[in-house]
Amino acid sequence: MLVYTGKRLVLALLVAFTISVLSFSLLFLAGDPAAAIAGETATDQEIERIRTMFGFDRPIWLQYLEWVGRAIQGDFGRSYYFGMPVTELILSRIPVTLTLAGSAMAFALILGIPMGVIAALYPNSIIDRVALTIAVCGQALPSFWFALMLIVLFGFMIPILPPSGSESWQHFIMPTVVLGYYATPSLMRLTRTGMLEVLSADYIRTARAKGLFPRTVLFKHALRNAVIPVVSVAAVEFGFMLGGSIVIETVFALHGTGYLAWESIRRADFPTVQALILVFSLFYVVLTFVSDLLNAWLDPRIRVA
Amino acid sequence: MAVTSTTIPTMDAIVGPSPGQRLRKRVFGHRGVMIGGIILLVMVLMAVFAPLLAPHDPYSQNLANRLVPPIWHETGSWTHPLGTDQLGRDYLSRVIYGVRISLFIGISVAFVSAILGSAMGLAAGYFGGRVDLVVTFLITCRLSMPVILVALAVVALIGSSLTVVVSVLGLLLWDRFAVVMRSATMQVRALDYVASARAAGCSNARIVFSEILPNVMNPLIVVATLEIANAVLLEAALSFLGLGVQPPLPSWGLMISEGKDYLLFDPWLITIPGVLLFVLLLAINLLGDGMRDVTAPENRN
Repeated sequence: MLVYTGKRLVLALLVAFTISVLSFSLLFLAGDPAAAIAGETATDQEIERIRTMFGFDRPIWLQYLEWVGRAIQGDFGRSYYFGMPVTELILSRIPVTLTLAGSAMAFALILGIPMGVIAALYPNSIIDRVALTIAVCGQALPSFWFALMLIVLFGFMIPILPPSGSESWQHFIMPTVVLGYYATPSLMRLTRTGMLEVLSADYIRTARAKGLFPRTVLFKHALRNAVIPVVSVAAVEFGFMLGGSIVIETVFALHGTGYLAWESIRRADFPTVQALILVFSLFYVVLTFVSDLLNAWLDPRIRVA
Repeated sequence: MAVTSTTIPTMDAIVGPSPGQRLRKRVFGHRGVMIGGIILLVMVLMAVFAPLLAPHDPYSQNLANRLVPPIWHETGSWTHPLGTDQLGRDYLSRVIYGVRISLFIGISVAFVSAILGSAMGLAAGYFGGRVDLVVTFLITCRLSMPVILVALAVVALIGSSLTVVVSVLGLLLWDRFAVVMRSATMQVRALDYVASARAAGCSNARIVFSEILPNVMNPLIVVATLEIANAVLLEAALSFLGLGVQPPLPSWGLMISEGKDYLLFDPWLITIPGVLLFVLLLAINLLGDGMRDVTAPENRN
C-alpha cells in the first residue's frame, strides 16, 4: 500500500506541475498580454509601461518560476479587475461553489443510487426502461437551457423560487437540480451494472440460501459491494462539477468561483483566470488521488497492478 | 417402409446468415439505432438542403417586424411559422441554418480529436512501455483540466470564430478516443493474426494500419458518435456564454443566449432552439449507445 501510495503521489505531483506550466503559458496565447490588458485604444507607451509594470519584459521561465513560487505559498498576485489579492477573491467565492457542487452531488446520489438499485432488481421491467429513458434524456439535455426553462417555470410562471442570486438556500435549489441531474444518469447506470453483477455472484446465493432477510442481503451484501465503483466515479464527477459549475453559476448569477471565472475571462483578468484553472485542476488531481487510494484500500487487487 | 420426405436443406440453412446479414438484422432490430438514425438523417438533410427549405434569408433583418410570435399563437401567421427574433429575422430559417453550424462543429471537432486521440491510443496500446506511460500521463493531465473553463479562456484570448472553436474543442476532447483506442489496441495486439503479421516481417506501420486499425474501428466509430454529441453540446454552451460562434451566425446556443432577455414574454425564442438541440443530442446519443450495443453486445449495461 505504501509503494502504491508513493507511486500515485509522484504521478499526482507530475500532473500538478504540468498543469501549472499549461495554465501559466495560457496567458501568452494572446500574443502580447500587455497589449491585451491595455486594451485596443492604448498607445505604444502605455503598453510599454504596463509591460514593465507587470514584469512581462523578463524571460518567460523567470516569470513562471516566480509565479509558481508565490502560488505554492498561496499568493496568486492581484486581480487586475477587482484590485484585490486573487487568493482572497477565490476564497471568498469558494463556499458558494462548494455548497452548490456538494448539494448537486447529494442530489445525484440520492436519485441515482435508488434508481439504479430498482432498475437492477427488476431488469428489463417497466421501471428499468423508465430509468434508462430518463438517463438517456438526461444526457441529451443542455444544462444552460434546462436552467432557463426552470427559471421561466419556477421563477416566473409559478413563482416559488428566486430566479437568480445566491443570498439564501432557496437560491441553490434550481442550480442544484441542474448541476446534479447531469451526473445522475452515469451514477444510476453504474449502480445498475454493479448491482446486476453482484446479485448474480455466488455469495449472494449463499446469503439467500442461508435464509437471510432479502432486505439484509440486498443492503448489507449486495449494495455495499456494488457501490464501490460508484464511490470513485462520484469523486471524479465532483471534480467535473466544480469545473462545470461555470455555466450554471453564470445563468443563475450565483456568486461562486464559476461566475468569477466567467467575469474574469471576459475582462482579461489573467491572474484570476490562471489561478482558477490551476485551482480547479488541482482539486481534480487531489480528488482522483484520494479516490485511487480509497479504491486500493477497498480492493487490495488494485495495489499490485 | 415409407420413405419420409426429406427436403434438402439449402446452403443458407446450414451456414446461417452471414455476419453482415446478422449485423444488419441487429441494426434494423435495434430501436435506439433506428430512432436516432432517422432523426439524425432528417437533421442532416435539413442541413444540406437548408437554402431550399428556409422560407426566408436567415440574416435579413426587419425591425418593423420584430418578435412576431409563432403560428400556434393567436397572432401568429404563416409568413413566419416560427415567428421572428428580436431583430425581425425569420426564426424558422435561422433554426434550419442553425443545424448546419451544430453538425459542422460536431463533426469537425470529432474528426480532429479522433485523429489526435486515436494516434495516441494506438501508439500507447501497440508499443506499450514508455510510450504507454507518456500517453497515460497526457490523458491524466488532460482529464484534470476543466474543459469549459479552459475552452472559454482560450477562446477569449485568441478571439472567437468558427475555426477557433473547432480547433480548441478538437484539442481538448481527444481523451476518450485515446482511452478507448488504447485498450482496444492492447486487446487486438495480443491476437494471433498480429503475431503472424509480425512473423511475416511486416513493418510496425503496416501492422498498425492494416491489421490493428480495421479491427478497432467499431469502438472508434462509437466514441466518435458520442463525441459529436459532446462537441455540439459544448459549442452551444460556449456560444451561450458569448464566447463561441459569433453573431449574426444562427447557432442554436447563441440564439438561446440572445433570446434569454425576452424569456418572460417571448419564451419561444429559447424553447424552439433548445428543443431542437435536445432532439439532436438525443438522436446522436441514441445512435451511439445503440451502435455500441449492436457491435459489442457483451459490453452493454
